Amino acid sequence: MCIKQVPGVSEVKIDPNTNTLVREGVLSIINPNDRNAIELALMLKEKHKLEVIALSMGPPQAEEILREVLAMGVDKGVLLTDRAFAGADTLATSHTLSLAIKKILKESNSEEKYLIICGAQAIDGDTGQVPPELAEELGIPQITYVLNIELSEDKIVAERKFRATEIVIIETQLPALISVLNDINKPRYPSIAGIMKAYEKARLTYLDSNTLNADKSKIGLNGSMTEVRKIFIPKRRVNPIMLVGSNEEVVQKLCQHLKEDKIF
Amino acid sequence: MSIIIDEELCTGCASCMESCIYGAIELDNNIAFVLPNCNLCGACVEVCPEEAISLDRDDVKAQKIDISQFKGVWVVAEHYKKKIHNVSLQLLCKGRELADLLQVNLSLVILGTDFDDKLEEFSLYGMDEIIYIKSPILKDYYSDLYTKVITELVLENKPEIILIGATPTGRDFAPRVAKRLSAGLTADCTGLEINLETRNLLQTRPTYGGAIMATIRTPSSRPQMATVRAGIFKMPEKVKKNVNIRKLEYEFKEKDSVLKIVKVISKTRNSVNLEDAKFIVAGGRGVGSKEKFRIIEELAEVLDAELGGSRITVELNWLDPDRQIGQTGKTVSPKLYIACGISGAIQHLVGMQNSGIIVAINKDPNAPIFNWAHYGIVGDLHEIIPALIEEIKKTKSEQ
Repeated sequence: MCIKQVPGVSEVKIDPNTNTLVREGVLSIINPNDRNAIELALMLKEKHKLEVIALSMGPPQAEEILREVLAMGVDKGVLLTDRAFAGADTLATSHTLSLAIKKILKESNSEEKYLIICGAQAIDGDTGQVPPELAEELGIPQITYVLNIELSEDKIVAERKFRATEIVIIETQLPALISVLNDINKPRYPSIAGIMKAYEKARLTYLDSNTLNADKSKIGLNGSMTEVRKIFIPKRRVNPIMLVGSNEEVVQKLCQHLKEDKIF
Repeated sequence: MSIIIDEELCTGCASCMESCIYGAIELDNNIAFVLPNCNLCGACVEVCPEEAISLDRDDVKAQKIDISQFKGVWVVAEHYKKKIHNVSLQLLCKGRELADLLQVNLSLVILGTDFDDKLEEFSLYGMDEIIYIKSPILKDYYSDLYTKVITELVLENKPEIILIGATPTGRDFAPRVAKRLSAGLTADCTGLEINLETRNLLQTRPTYGGAIMATIRTPSSRPQMATVRAGIFKMPEKVKKNVNIRKLEYEFKEKDSVLKIVKVISKTRNSVNLEDAKFIVAGGRGVGSKEKFRIIEELAEVLDAELGGSRITVELNWLDPDRQIGQTGKTVSPKLYIACGISGAIQHLVGMQNSGIIVAINKDPNAPIFNWAHYGIVGDLHEIIPALIEEIKKTKSEQ
């Protein structure tokens, strides 16, 4: 499972007076969609015999979200943290994640059969690009925007949201990658026993660019094809015509304007 | 890699602090310094009026490719029931503009089957060329086959820009293609411009729920790939012109895909079509309750408009999820958008800002929605809307 730490609000607030970002009181949380990925992994673990490993790339404080998912029942957490990973776009991120996944699979001898679960998208960047890019990097099939999944010995059957009115049911062999939508389940809360366990030392591993043997030209800012040219706060677009008067007057004025604008 | 601040040039103006979405710059003794949580996004470099900030890259950038070999703008068509999805047509409209600026051809790429009798109709949408990849299996969407066909086509034809609809299909194969080609991909763009000097595509997209806009470029790699949601760009005008048609047949078998489509389930409920609606009436938290939403529905009925709402109305179960408008819902561009009791959080605004005429009704005169509306009414919507319904009925009966 791949998870990400994001600002704890879906929308970063802007101070209307200074036109700057309000940062106070913004906590970092697990990306909400990733909680669904964790819940699904834990449900699959209850049904089948399997080990659930959570993987996250981020600054050292992203350890918090790994402790939280360990408390939910995840077996192991792996944090990829290194200054060399910073500034990564989705291409560099998926490459870094793939290196860690290959290492974990090799060490646990499970290269033949595994399932990667991701949240469909993160609330900060909101691109949804990392899951397919990661599947491509690992050379495995992908099913994105999944609403339901059946796992059997060597294959999965998944319901994928295809259009507003259509769902497609797709079957593929393991290993595979899926990304899940938030309607797939209702994530559980950590248990007290789980919280105690979450702080057992052996459960969390840290990997950096050296332990991953990463090619420095493929990670972080260097490995990114896209670059941010500028960041700005969207400006207001029009000066509104404010309609004033009694209720009857304002609606009359509005209809008059809309007629002139050829809306009616 | 790091952000370097020239302390002699820094005036302590704090522009960089304001630009930093990570809160990673602070002032010490009126000189900016960078905190360890810097994400190296480079936003501060651009805003510094003193040019005191630079982004120091290690010189290990992967091998550069000759980007001048890449020419042409492509739109990959999404289709359904032998029709091209509106988002692909809108991309053709934008693509035409970009191709004209770059003085290159615009191509529509279609993967499918039994389109032979439709190509003439499609050729009215302003492209110079249609590349039709024909294979019976491509009547359905397979991520692996799409990826294979498109990457092969790109390697052979070398387009400089590829535009794809940000639909569940486009968002599925575009990243996979981008990865295979090591191409930069920008999701959900709301603005596309060209820097003629570098031929770079400047891709503007909302991030952090739309609170911030970022302009992104891919300076050293080609093609430059972007996905765009429906309703962002205009529909093209139909034109008659000579369109070169290239038909390539592929002999795919079902076993060529690692995916097996078991079945497609259509939901038969009344489909909501906000994307194509001419008029939309939308409600927000200010409506008050599920019961009180009835008046919004009534206004929609009188106007023959589609009903929509902000995210909170869906979260509170006042409205069905497929009626949600905004960053995490639908992007719409009707001729008339009436926002009732919607404060105008930026994540809602990014979903409806391209509407023709925006009317806002809200009791809070400081609601941000008024900054985006063409007409604003401050007051209780439960008094104003009934009056508005009567007035519209009257106007209609006079016509």
